[in-house]
Amino acid sequence: MKVKLRNPDREVELHGGRPIREVLAELDVDPDTVLVIRGGELVTRHENVGQDDELEIRPVISGGAG
Amino acid sequence: MKCKRCKGSAVIEVRRHNAAFCKACFPEVFTEQVRRAIRRFDMFEPGDRILVAVSGGKDSLALWDVLLATGYDATGLYLGLGIGGYSDRSHDAAAAFAQARGTELRVVDLADEYGYDIPMAGRKGSRSTCAVCGLSKRYAFNRAAADGGFDVIATGHNLDDEAATLLGNTLRWNTDYIARQSPALPARDGMVKKVKPLHRLSELETAAYAFIRGIDYVVEECPLVAGNTQLRYKNAMNTIEATSPGTKAQFLFGYLDRGMPLFAGHDEVALVPCGSCGQPTTGRFCAFCRARAQILGERLGPADRAGTDDRDVARWLSDEVLPAEIYGGAEV
Repeated sequence: MKVKLRNPDREVELHGGRPIREVLAELDVDPDTVLVIRGGELVTRHENVGQDDELEIRPVISGGAG
Repeated sequence: MKCKRCKGSAVIEVRRHNAAFCKACFPEVFTEQVRRAIRRFDMFEPGDRILVAVSGGKDSLALWDVLLATGYDATGLYLGLGIGGYSDRSHDAAAAFAQARGTELRVVDLADEYGYDIPMAGRKGSRSTCAVCGLSKRYAFNRAAADGGFDVIATGHNLDDEAATLLGNTLRWNTDYIARQSPALPARDGMVKKVKPLHRLSELETAAYAFIRGIDYVVEECPLVAGNTQLRYKNAMNTIEATSPGTKAQFLFGYLDRGMPLFAGHDEVALVPCGSCGQPTTGRFCAFCRARAQILGERLGPADRAGTDDRDVARWLSDEVLPAEIYGGAEV
């Protein structure tokens, strides 16, 4: 499974066939700080991800004062 | 996971509410939270002219979108900060949003209007890059709103921004800043009213709303923000939130309900026109003009001192800001 990470942009290959929360845990990513996008749609951490899926993990934290 | 409202397939989980929502219901839930904020703090009325501070990021574009979608008269203002390709892409995102919705985006360029950009300010001024950027934004937005006859300035500050700022001010017991941390600051003495209609919504929620609404916002972070204090406070609060969902909301909303009245009056200061630009300030010259003079290496003082006595000249000189180089970059 291909996972695209942002800020900085990079791609990693991980095992699929498990809930997204386990993928996020492996990447040490807090689920409340990212959007997870699959096939152009948002998905929650409870969804299962397949071996052939592609995920984008997009941070939502911004550092500016607005 | 099922949508709390329609039992359809959820796309966004809001853990502090122990709820999840589908793609169709979430924008309605989001909009209701914005409406609630506007009502509770009497932010503006239909027909008021609203100037939305637009950065091209998720929060400000989500704010502009929800205000337009609910029928408000909302004009965008983009401030060009001169941060290379990042600023170009941010402007393009804001301009594309405005064009797609057939609405007006005003643009002020910091370098054209005030003679410096943010990278230059970071190198030559005594303030941190983020501090002078925030100061420049507040000044330029207030001035543009006042000159343009707008009733109110709306910014995209969200729950995470506000909770992190409150944490920082509380750690330092900056009681004057704490007293002013209201989602609606009324107009006074040349200061246009300022409101934060997204303060009830987390960063995750504003990002999800922007994504669901098809807003092509700038995802990349400002290249100058690394190590920013606000980010450190956000990370600290997110660590607590991960095991205690709702802590950020309790901290901020508890302050607004019960804490803010305790600090009333801690920010009482008289505002007078800045001796250089005429914008309101508490001293002889406003913080913006003092910072700008440092950055540009200019003296800040009255142009005409003829016909004054020695005491006046001495007072003016003591108020002057000299180029940062003279002070070795120290805060003046």
